[in-house]
Amino acid sequence: MAIAVPTRRPFFRRPSATHGLASWLTTVDHKRIGILYGVTAFLFLLIGGIEALLIRIQLAVPENTFLTFDEYNQIFTMHGVTMIFLVVMPLGAAFFNYLIPLQIGARDVAFPRLNAFSYWTFLLGGLFLYSSFFLGGSPDGGWFGYANLSTELPGPGMDFYAIGLQIVGLSSLVAAVNFIVTILNERAPGLSLMRMPVFTWMTLVVQFLLLFALPVLAIALFQLTFDRLFGTLFFQPQAGGDPILWQHLFWLFGHPEVYVLILPAMGIVSEVLPVFSRKPLFGYAAVVFSGIAIGFMGWGVWAHHMFTVGLGPVANAAFALSTMFIAVPTGVKIFNWMGTVWGGSIRFTTPMLFAIGFVAMFIIGGLSGVTHAIVPSDMQQQDTYYVVAHFHYVLFGGALFGLFSGAYYWFPKVTGRMLSEGWGKLHFWLMLIGFNLTFGPFHILGLQGMRRRVPTYPEGVGWDFWNFVSTVGSFIIAASILAFMINVIRSVTRGREAGADPWDARTLEWLTPSPPPHYNFAEVPVVRHRDEVWHRKYAEDERGRPVPVVAGASNGHDDSEEGEEEHHDIHMPDPSFFPLLASLGIPVIGYGLIFWWPLAIVGGLIVLGGLFGWSLEPVAEE
Amino acid sequence: MTRSSPAKRARLIWLALSAGALLLLAACTQDYDYNSLAPAGPVAEKQADLFFLVFWIATGVFVVVEGLLVFALFRFRRRSSNETPKQIHGNTRLEILWTIVPALLLAGVAVPTIGTIFDLSGCPEGGVEVEVVGHQWWWEVNYPELQITTANEIHVPAREPVCITLKSEDVNHSWWVPRLAGKQDLVPGRTIELQIEANQPGVYQGECAEYCGLSHGIMLFQVIADERADFDAWAEEQGRPAAPPAPGSEVETTIQQCLQCHAIAGLSEPPPGAPIEGPDLTHVGSRRTIVGGWLENTPQELARWLRNPPGVKPGSKMPNYRLTDEQIEDLVEYLGSLE
Amino acid sequence: MAASAHPQAVQPPPTATGLDNRKLGMWAFLGSECLFFGALISTYLLYRGRSVQGPFPNEVYDIPYTSVSSGVLLMSSVTMVLALNAIQRGDDRRLRAWLLATALLGITFVGGQVFEFTVFVREGLTLSRNLFGSSFFVLTGFHGAHVTVGILMLLTLFGQSLVGRLTVENALRVELVGLYWHFVDIVWIVIFTVVYLIP
Repeated sequence: MAIAVPTRRPFFRRPSATHGLASWLTTVDHKRIGILYGVTAFLFLLIGGIEALLIRIQLAVPENTFLTFDEYNQIFTMHGVTMIFLVVMPLGAAFFNYLIPLQIGARDVAFPRLNAFSYWTFLLGGLFLYSSFFLGGSPDGGWFGYANLSTELPGPGMDFYAIGLQIVGLSSLVAAVNFIVTILNERAPGLSLMRMPVFTWMTLVVQFLLLFALPVLAIALFQLTFDRLFGTLFFQPQAGGDPILWQHLFWLFGHPEVYVLILPAMGIVSEVLPVFSRKPLFGYAAVVFSGIAIGFMGWGVWAHHMFTVGLGPVANAAFALSTMFIAVPTGVKIFNWMGTVWGGSIRFTTPMLFAIGFVAMFIIGGLSGVTHAIVPSDMQQQDTYYVVAHFHYVLFGGALFGLFSGAYYWFPKVTGRMLSEGWGKLHFWLMLIGFNLTFGPFHILGLQGMRRRVPTYPEGVGWDFWNFVSTVGSFIIAASILAFMINVIRSVTRGREAGADPWDARTLEWLTPSPPPHYNFAEVPVVRHRDEVWHRKYAEDERGRPVPVVAGASNGHDDSEEGEEEHHDIHMPDPSFFPLLASLGIPVIGYGLIFWWPLAIVGGLIVLGGLFGWSLEPVAEE
Repeated sequence: MTRSSPAKRARLIWLALSAGALLLLAACTQDYDYNSLAPAGPVAEKQADLFFLVFWIATGVFVVVEGLLVFALFRFRRRSSNETPKQIHGNTRLEILWTIVPALLLAGVAVPTIGTIFDLSGCPEGGVEVEVVGHQWWWEVNYPELQITTANEIHVPAREPVCITLKSEDVNHSWWVPRLAGKQDLVPGRTIELQIEANQPGVYQGECAEYCGLSHGIMLFQVIADERADFDAWAEEQGRPAAPPAPGSEVETTIQQCLQCHAIAGLSEPPPGAPIEGPDLTHVGSRRTIVGGWLENTPQELARWLRNPPGVKPGSKMPNYRLTDEQIEDLVEYLGSLE
Repeated sequence: MAASAHPQAVQPPPTATGLDNRKLGMWAFLGSECLFFGALISTYLLYRGRSVQGPFPNEVYDIPYTSVSSGVLLMSSVTMVLALNAIQRGDDRRLRAWLLATALLGITFVGGQVFEFTVFVREGLTLSRNLFGSSFFVLTGFHGAHVTVGILMLLTLFGQSLVGRLTVENALRVELVGLYWHFVDIVWIVIFTVVYLIP
């Protein structure tokens, strides 16, 4: 360090590729990183989806032997881990990455290289988890990894679980710091907090939740790792250890995590509904503050995952109350969304259909959520398919529908081309029907006593029919995903040209050309209103109705029109190898801890090397 | 796309959803073995009552909210491309209304909820006491007052409160008899109590509801409620030691293998304090099921089990002893005689 | 931290809050660290007195010894403040002296901790001996690792100053390391109180 001379190029020549593989490996552009997040998370969605289909095939008929118990346990564990940590979280990250700088009128995130580091660490963490399939068996202790089963299970599977989640958690923690700073600091002039788009607001709340929740998970995972690898006794009952500690730590992380998964989708829906209703969001302040309230209250409800462990009637009653009342801000959001479409001029595009689907399905998930707060009846529902139904209604019918709404809404911005409405609607209706066929029956199965996480079930106890219906539904969902893929592949090359603002939208990202140039905004926009772009296009007449500011208003002002010449005077951060290099060392440490400790030292040195190169390298060359 | 079709479709979904709710109700009232909504005892009844109270309120909310949503989608669909709706930014009075009303509704539900939580917590005085210890993957059942030990089958007197004390020998399990009571976890290092009561004599299915490893899926048990006299007779029978096998017979040697891990009162007393590895077999012939409640107790099934335990219950602690057909036949006969 | 070989390229634009990005980022990170140590300390407190076999805390703790090394760590916060003060006045010589002093005090603390650990191990307390060992070593070990990272950062600053790359324009870098260092010290005060002093 001390020997470095300012003029010397450290280690590598600065990468400068703008096309091809090297450019993607070294990119620090938030838009490219967003695309990488989106594509990677979608591939994991396909893997997690195949796992779901295997589960549904196994459970289609009673006493099936399609999978062994061991295979089934690995698959349901990996399905949960994948969908939560490798699909819904990074899909949210794809949207934050691509959109937040655009929505706040910035040219990039606060720490562009740190952003690249987040992505590579997430990708390598995911690959690390999946490499367990070939290295002695994948995790089989459930996504919740309850101690002390998770410390007892043989094989390296749960080591991969503990270290793999630690890696993807690190990725999210780093991203949380990055986005908190970006949103607070990089806002364009005039974009006060209460003018920020709701998606930006919800992202901010999510980053704070991650910032405070992930370290708690990190400690739980360290304790599990140390118990398994170094002989500590945190969860060993014979030594006085208490397996319930794991449950407290895990759910203290796990419940805020639920809001980490759902709030981005709520943000997306809050953007989409106004655009296609031609009305501003109803009760902006109420939507924002209810989001913040959910974020706060999300910390006081974790023990509702533990109503059956015997915490005692006082604790159970307290957590029942907090769980019930978190429904209040959630309800406020739903009513405001309805207020938004009420009296509007609703256009049923695909993004709008998915947003409406989100609201309709989330209401069901929210109501079944309230029934879980009723401790005595929850004791009948805990760990049954009723719970599985509930969280699929909020995380699939909720989060995933919202994310698909966002995908259809912003695809034209990202690629410059429109997705086909025909295929999009096919996708939506297949998914809505398939979803309800798959997960609706789970309510009945759960109430009729079917437990979760069972590889098989006896005949003649009333479960056969609904299980079969559910399996049929799951294949309809698979077909809908196929329709989405066909739509994307066709549209990327052959879709209609989108133009800067195809939806007559309201927020800053629509001010840029589609796709936006490397530097986003040729001139940083000055913001005077909430829904700035709308206000550049329309004024309100005395009866509160919009009138176009200029004839045929679509593109607003002179900022960054398409076809403008390159702006060479804008300094953008340069690409860098070092984030990727530092990330590469992390899974090596993981393998080292599990299989052969000298490897961990090698990994540590790679990380250190990457970080040193990184700190010696300027953000941008001259 | 034609303008009215989305609303029509939405109406269809709406109909389908209501039909679904009705189907759910219809399905839920049948008394299948595991149906939590066909309660057979006061505890499960209170839990089901509370569920239905909330279910009907939730259904009401569902109908109103989804109905308004569908109505809005239909009523305010775009009819021409240059519509200019009034730009409404919000309404404070409405915000207050839809914060207060749900809060009041929830407060209304909270009252009976908290009442029932305290009502059902712990055990009432004076009932039969049963201690259940969870193992991977079977249940040890002790009656401390009656000095009885059995497995996977819990006999209780009907119409009397019973106190179940739950412990675990290895990992978390959860004890659940849907028709009698909601589940309660078995946590190593902790002791948790649960009350149950059966309204009528009968057999009630139970299952392990907390994922506990490889064969969690087939970890079942039964609660058998008898009339008081029958229960007493059963208890007396269970208190008796087993008759040893005929001296000099083949099975007398084979059974020594079993006694390494299983207790059979009358043949061997397990050393005090020794960890029990396998279920007590003293009266195994009297039980309805074997192998953690998964198989019916018939000679064929017992033979299948003895031929290859890990093949029947993956991860079973009982290894495959490669017994000959003859040994198995003898064992099945002898164990079947232990009533 | 970004290097400043090209000051014109990295001169940060004014931010919406007026706080430098890196400073805000450090505050956010330290907020996260609070929960990290919070969870570790909670575990220690939960498991206090639950060990089924010794050695128990009162058999191994040497309070006077640990008080001295805690005092050393607290002193290092003072020298850290002096280092920041020096760079803000552009006094390179004092900056280097106080940075080195801070690092040395930190090294003394970590060295003392390593020695303490070896004594405990000799007395039979290991990670896998009892719950006290598990929760004590993991909590104080993670803290020691944090101090070690801080020492590395201090020595890096010291090196940068030696080659003339740490000047008054990037005093912020010293401030950031200082924030981290003070945080780690404050955490130690909490740990020392709840782990060693509360009986």
